[in-house]
Amino acid sequence: MSYFTADNLEIAHETISRYPRKKSALIALLHLAQEQDGWVTDDAMRQIAELTETTPAEVKGTGSFYEMFKFHPVGSYMINVCTNLSCQLLGGEELLAHAEESLGIKAGGTTADGMFTIEDVECIAACTEAPCLQVNYRYKLRVTTDDLDQLIDDIRNGRATDIPEHGTLGLVRQHIPAGAGAGIVAPEDATERPVWLARNDVATADGGEA
Amino acid sequence: MPTHDYVAHAPGYVDNDGPKIVTSRLVHEDSHTLERYEATNGYDGLRRALDRTPADVHEEVRNAVVLGRGGAGFPAGVKWGFMPPGKFPYYLVVNGDESEPGTYKDRLLMERDPHQLIEGCLITCYALGLSQCFLYVRGEMPAAQENIAQALNDAYAKGYVGKNIMGTEFSVDITLTWGAGAYIVGEETALIESLEGNRGMPRLKPPFFPAAIGLYGQPTIVNNVETLSNLPWLMLNGSEQYKAYGSEASPGSRMVAVSGHVNRPGVYEIEQGVTTFRDLFYGDNFCRGIRDGHELKMFVPGGGSAPWFFPEQLDLQLEGRAVGAEGSMLGSGAIMVMDETTDSVKAALRLVRFYARESCGKCTPCREGTTWEERILQRIVDGEGRPSDIDKLLDIADNISPGPYPVAADPAQGLEAVPFPPKQTTICPLGPSSVAPITSTIRRFRHEYEAKITKRDSIPVMSAPMASDPVEVS
Repeated sequence: MSYFTADNLEIAHETISRYPRKKSALIALLHLAQEQDGWVTDDAMRQIAELTETTPAEVKGTGSFYEMFKFHPVGSYMINVCTNLSCQLLGGEELLAHAEESLGIKAGGTTADGMFTIEDVECIAACTEAPCLQVNYRYKLRVTTDDLDQLIDDIRNGRATDIPEHGTLGLVRQHIPAGAGAGIVAPEDATERPVWLARNDVATADGGEA
Repeated sequence: MPTHDYVAHAPGYVDNDGPKIVTSRLVHEDSHTLERYEATNGYDGLRRALDRTPADVHEEVRNAVVLGRGGAGFPAGVKWGFMPPGKFPYYLVVNGDESEPGTYKDRLLMERDPHQLIEGCLITCYALGLSQCFLYVRGEMPAAQENIAQALNDAYAKGYVGKNIMGTEFSVDITLTWGAGAYIVGEETALIESLEGNRGMPRLKPPFFPAAIGLYGQPTIVNNVETLSNLPWLMLNGSEQYKAYGSEASPGSRMVAVSGHVNRPGVYEIEQGVTTFRDLFYGDNFCRGIRDGHELKMFVPGGGSAPWFFPEQLDLQLEGRAVGAEGSMLGSGAIMVMDETTDSVKAALRLVRFYARESCGKCTPCREGTTWEERILQRIVDGEGRPSDIDKLLDIADNISPGPYPVAADPAQGLEAVPFPPKQTTICPLGPSSVAPITSTIRRFRHEYEAKITKRDSIPVMSAPMASDPVEVS
């Protein structure tokens, strides 16, 4: 029984094919699992281990290092409020406190209906637009407490259609058409120099730069 | 009131009359598309490069002195020269894991001009004979992931990437890969670990830097997004034109993000080594002063890891060596400005908490030390500090970074600057970075710490009056 859906399994194989070592696709596949279920299940980790020729323990060992991977169910909408210095200076902590009060949960917690999780996060690279937050990693900039209440209301009432549910990151995937790629290069595959470096020899022979 | 007169589709970017080496297209709403890119000299830099020998292209980059824009400021052309000859294959890893506190520039370049970055990667691969490129984008940036993926798909379709690029024998694949939320992965050896499917823990170096032993044990060049984004312009205009901008030691431009208590926070492309912090904070072309009615108290000149500066350092130019001699660094071009309303202990605590959370746990002084620093600062902020806490903080800091820690001069106290960089008892600079906010604030605002500790508002001195005391009835 495959954990991944047929479509996702195809994406998984294509992803693995872009790395010289299967294990390099581990993080990408954890993202894919999280996209499928909103969090990373044990079944997902077992199949990722098979696909990458590692063990489930290695998959969890790597995955648990990275904050974005959740090994328990979280809300469909994860609100990540930045409280790092640039945001703190302009009200990030107050914004987080307001989110906690509005939703009745503390940072790290999930609402009983499984709709929202709040996190107190580190710098998300929108420092000139402080205070800022992300909902499922989609930016909201210069957020006031009123904006935040509106956002929560919009999500509750199905009006935040531009934000996919938790787990989905970039909606466009890389796809290399057959025959267009140069091909992956593993350490054991290419012990000779790449062909275009031969151009340096010609220059040397002509008395140019080596 | 702070203003935000930005280019709507590139929030934060301020289009002023500064240099436009990497930001030339950001004014266009469709700057991320191949159509716009081709209409604005797109891939012409690569075309020029392909007309020259790889060695010649490397030489051009070396001549231009393209300083790394990720933090360390090491010249890319020199770094490129460290690969051992003949140990093929070589790899390129692009560091798009921007997460240094206060840093906001690589995300703009990845989201708004992905083809420029891709072209920069290709020029690098051509010059050095790199066999495959891995473009690592921070996990929390889906818009950057989407725009780069689309750009790559379009570039493959047009023959700019992949097999026989532009009809030549030059062939290379670019693999887009996502991070998953770990600041430390911005450190180049941790990034390589992450790319190999492991926990993002830095490798011990020296002796072997990635240029010698990197991804899959092969020679690997790791460059920052902004660094590589400079290359298309450089190939098109040449190193002499490039050096017409900036100072001799730091040619070209660089992107800086100014955030915090200024009237017009924003991302600006400035000339390196020319613009001063005063120009940047008060200039009409830039931030237009500290927010209304307030005064500058302190600022972080180069990301959360940089020791802090104060009004005395305002006239320094944004030039790596000059800033280093004065006790800090330009780092990732992240400048955070704080006015007199800022509680320096609280601000220091917030940055220290960041390092405590993000420590990968490999080295004991960092794993334990950053946590202790955070707890002690937290209790001081909570009004539960002990008189010995200030010295204890400095002692823990000294275990992570021994010796005098880099710090700015303080003429009022007769103290001189300690130049950058700090020493470290750890593998990577994360632990020592946690010391920057502590030493910067204790040296300058020790009285703020002492006031918090001696007040002890929340701790009752006696739980009940003693029997012999007169009892006042109110």
